[in-house]
Amino acid sequence: MEESGVKNPVKIVVIGGSAGSLEVLFRLLPLLTKNLSVPILIILHRRSTADSSLSDLLGSKTTLPLQEADDKDQILPGNIYLAPADYHLLVEKDFTLSLDYSEKVNFSRPSLDVTFETVADVYGRSAVGIILSGANEDGTAGLLAIKKAGGLVIAQDPETAQMPVMPQNVINFIGVDFIYGIEEIANYINGLNTSGLHPTGG
Amino acid sequence: MIEDDEIELLLTDLFDIHGYDFTSYSRASLKRRVNRLYSLDKFPSFAELRYRVKADTNYLKRFVEEITVNVTEMFRDPTFYLSLRTDVLPVLATKPFIRIWHAGCSTGEEVYSMAIMLKEAGLLHKSLLYATDLNPSVLEKVRKGVFPLNQMKQYSESYIASGGLGDFSAYYIANYGQAKFNEDLAEKIIISTHNLVSDSSFNEFDLILCRNVLIYFDKDLQDRVLQLFDASLGSLGHLALGSKETLKFSAVQDNFKQLNREKIWKKVV
Repeated sequence: MEESGVKNPVKIVVIGGSAGSLEVLFRLLPLLTKNLSVPILIILHRRSTADSSLSDLLGSKTTLPLQEADDKDQILPGNIYLAPADYHLLVEKDFTLSLDYSEKVNFSRPSLDVTFETVADVYGRSAVGIILSGANEDGTAGLLAIKKAGGLVIAQDPETAQMPVMPQNVINFIGVDFIYGIEEIANYINGLNTSGLHPTGG
Repeated sequence: MIEDDEIELLLTDLFDIHGYDFTSYSRASLKRRVNRLYSLDKFPSFAELRYRVKADTNYLKRFVEEITVNVTEMFRDPTFYLSLRTDVLPVLATKPFIRIWHAGCSTGEEVYSMAIMLKEAGLLHKSLLYATDLNPSVLEKVRKGVFPLNQMKQYSESYIASGGLGDFSAYYIANYGQAKFNEDLAEKIIISTHNLVSDSSFNEFDLILCRNVLIYFDKDLQDRVLQLFDASLGSLGHLALGSKETLKFSAVQDNFKQLNREKIWKKVV
């Protein structure tokens, strides 16, 4: 049955990025409104040496609770979870987070693909995946999984990205739903507040 | 792609036929591992994979080794090792005899890291390091003490960051792309298969290390394993976990006190 037009509640937003993404988050996070109705997962390629200061730094940019994900954390609406350095971040069927120290994927741990894929598996069409600036191709396969499961994919406008390779690759290989600048991404996420539905583009 | 109900069928077979109990493993990771192997080994169908796991004991070995994560490194999280050197080894030094258990040690990089620190603290001669894992094949690598040479630069940096003052390259002999660690380290390592899911306590230890193993277990199994560790530690023994693992919310948390910011606890009862 064709389901387009059927109301589709968004239950999670996953943001992935690599080189050049930190600056995007510094601008994006302050724009997010306080009463966010969905949880946000952030996966960033980062140095493998665990410096938890990144979560402090990102946390200082938002009024929303932001923490580095711990094993078995319950995923709560309005909370932001950052994938810890040197672990893959996965999502379980009972809406908890779990960590995995298995092989790097696309030379990365955390890998965007790993998180996107488990989110697609658990949340299906209630998932939104967003790809930001980056210089490699991690994230494309995972966003394809989100798309195939009926979720929605947003790419940062490569024109606005310090490193356009990653969002451009996603745009080339997946029918992305929206290509957005930073403010539009923030507006989109904030728009989930009132309706909890996929806002229409434009 | 293997689906959820098929994963459950495999887990039931593994337990009923072979006695391996993976039913309390976290599913997201497990499902990824099974699917990875399914495509790596180019199975034409789930039925084919299921048959191989059921009937082919050689393949079973591979299957168990591959669905469990065997990624490890030497001196991972150098500040953790620094704390072992400065806060734990001096306590161990007061004992006439030191027993250490590396539970779920995989290929043994952490066991050799510990042996090096004990040697530098002048404690190796009175120590025994029990290295256990459920996979016999990874334990064979522990026995050999041979690791890829291309990792040594990074391990050496971690070793120095962990407070190592010696020449790291003196601990191994480089040959054909491999680093073979010195025999005097291996002499104090006792190797045995042990399954944290099904096997019980087998000794009393002064220090138990189990890092990045519990993350693959569900909460109930995590709790059971922590109780096993609690029962296997002597009074004032130490327990060390991975950097994102915790005793918080476990049944035994009141028996332990965390030393500092590192994931090291002292048993206080």
